Amino acid sequence: MIWNQNKECMSRDEMSALQGKRLHKIVEYVYHNVPFYRNKLQEMDIRPDDIQTIEDIRKLPFTTKKDLRDNYPFGLQAAPQSEIIRVHASSGTTGNPTIVGYTRKDIGVWSECMARCLTAYGITRDDTFSVAYGYGLFTGGLGAHYGVEHLGASVIPAGTGNTEKHLKLIRDLGITGIACTPSYALYLAETMDKMGIRKEDLKLRSGAFGAEPWTESMRKEIEERLGLKGYNLYGLSEIMGPCVSYECQEQNGSHINEDHFYPEIINPVTLESLPNGQSGELVFTTLTKEGMPLLRYRTRDLCSLMPGQCNCGRTSIRMSRIEGRSDDMLIIRGINVFPSQVESVVLSMPEFAPRYLLVVDRVNNLDTLQVQVELRQEYFTATFDTPAAIDDLEKKLASKLKSVLSISAKVQLKAPGTIERSQGKSAHIIDKRKL
Amino acid sequence: MTIHQLSIFIENRSGTLIKVLEALKEANIQIIASTIADTAEYGILRIVCAEPMRACEELKKAGIAVAISDVFALQLDNKPGCAADVIELFSKAGISITYIYSFLYGGKGILVFRTDNTELARETITRNNLPFIDENALAL
Repeated sequence: MIWNQNKECMSRDEMSALQGKRLHKIVEYVYHNVPFYRNKLQEMDIRPDDIQTIEDIRKLPFTTKKDLRDNYPFGLQAAPQSEIIRVHASSGTTGNPTIVGYTRKDIGVWSECMARCLTAYGITRDDTFSVAYGYGLFTGGLGAHYGVEHLGASVIPAGTGNTEKHLKLIRDLGITGIACTPSYALYLAETMDKMGIRKEDLKLRSGAFGAEPWTESMRKEIEERLGLKGYNLYGLSEIMGPCVSYECQEQNGSHINEDHFYPEIINPVTLESLPNGQSGELVFTTLTKEGMPLLRYRTRDLCSLMPGQCNCGRTSIRMSRIEGRSDDMLIIRGINVFPSQVESVVLSMPEFAPRYLLVVDRVNNLDTLQVQVELRQEYFTATFDTPAAIDDLEKKLASKLKSVLSISAKVQLKAPGTIERSQGKSAHIIDKRKL
Repeated sequence: MTIHQLSIFIENRSGTLIKVLEALKEANIQIIASTIADTAEYGILRIVCAEPMRACEELKKAGIAVAISDVFALQLDNKPGCAADVIELFSKAGISITYIYSFLYGGKGILVFRTDNTELARETITRNNLPFIDENALAL
């Protein structure tokens, strides 16, 4: 089944023409409404009329996470506040979150794109669909929720947590579809085993999994243990949220909603465009967004583009699985975590040396984060002669980390001088997750 | 009434304890008593030794997280029931013992402890005329 045959199966020529037209319009729009872009384009001596076809996109400047940070909170917003009907926020690199405002039309596009994803996953208005992404500032919950409603299926806004009750509902309500992180899907499977629920007791048949990296072997395990077919769902809040690309029944690459989000692959070092099929950094331009349109936004996700008609009938370009990141961002339980966020917290407490080590692992299918910090010798005073005092210090750091990272981290205190001074950024991280 | 105790943060892994002991050996400082408050990931090593201030400086030089704590040290007869009789006085005064350990020194039992109320503990010791040991008496 295809939700929007017209757009999803458009001929390549028609799609390019549509993209070119929309690109011209969006450049004109940001030129007149976002001083940041107007200044950039003027510096490069580019006028909106210089951009007529989609190929002209290579003339345009890139946008980075740093630009969003430097223009916090609303500097890149194009629409007036009166037109903004929703705001989401995702974690930033130094404590300032990335703020994304959506107009009514943006929410409509998001719902439309999400409905396309769900239809590709085999979901129809006869289904009962559980959204088990976090609801709130994170785009996962509400983004998927609106898509299910737009499609016309019954949405169960389960959210995360309370897994046993959720499983009871999946069984008793005959829920057929679910959206969650792949690690949460495996956690559901574990909980099923504990509760004595067999996959034969459930009617689940389709799962939309995303918001964190996962592998083919995880897919096999999820499909086997939950008795469903698992599909990739890709998105990022800066561009929209979940809905940017989706797998179809072929499970071979994720179709990009390229009439709204134009993809490019670049070499992250030289910034030159790379041909289809070659791996590099994924870059998106929002072609229709009103709230916060972005030109050539560098996602830092590494993957390749797969052109050509898919066996499912869709003609839209597909992206491969995400192969990695071109920066040091970690995705832990679906939440973006930057080592620099941890650094800012550690530096704010004089008791610790300005060194730390992040140890990420996956225990019982749930991501864990441990933050190792070094006690500063001169701050180890007589008050620390009991474990209770040390525990209080650890708890103080843990609670500060929690408020900045939005996920809990376990703090481990190390003796002075025992954490290696790192040579580069990545030396702060040990990621033990086998993906 | 109180003596100086070294409190040392050590991680639970091989090689951390020896680093402390080597530094004391290097400085020719004798350990008189020691105990450890252990947790799953680290321990607080508590040491009573000769020349505690110099020991502390030497350990700091070796890069070890060490602090000097003042702890009470009572000298009791080496007989059954002596510890119970003394601690009962603190208990009656509403004082909690944070930690406690003991060792034998010169035929006497030495009871080392910290309380949650130092002032009241001092008062209790004075009022009951409890025999405390002078740090200099421990110096070898």
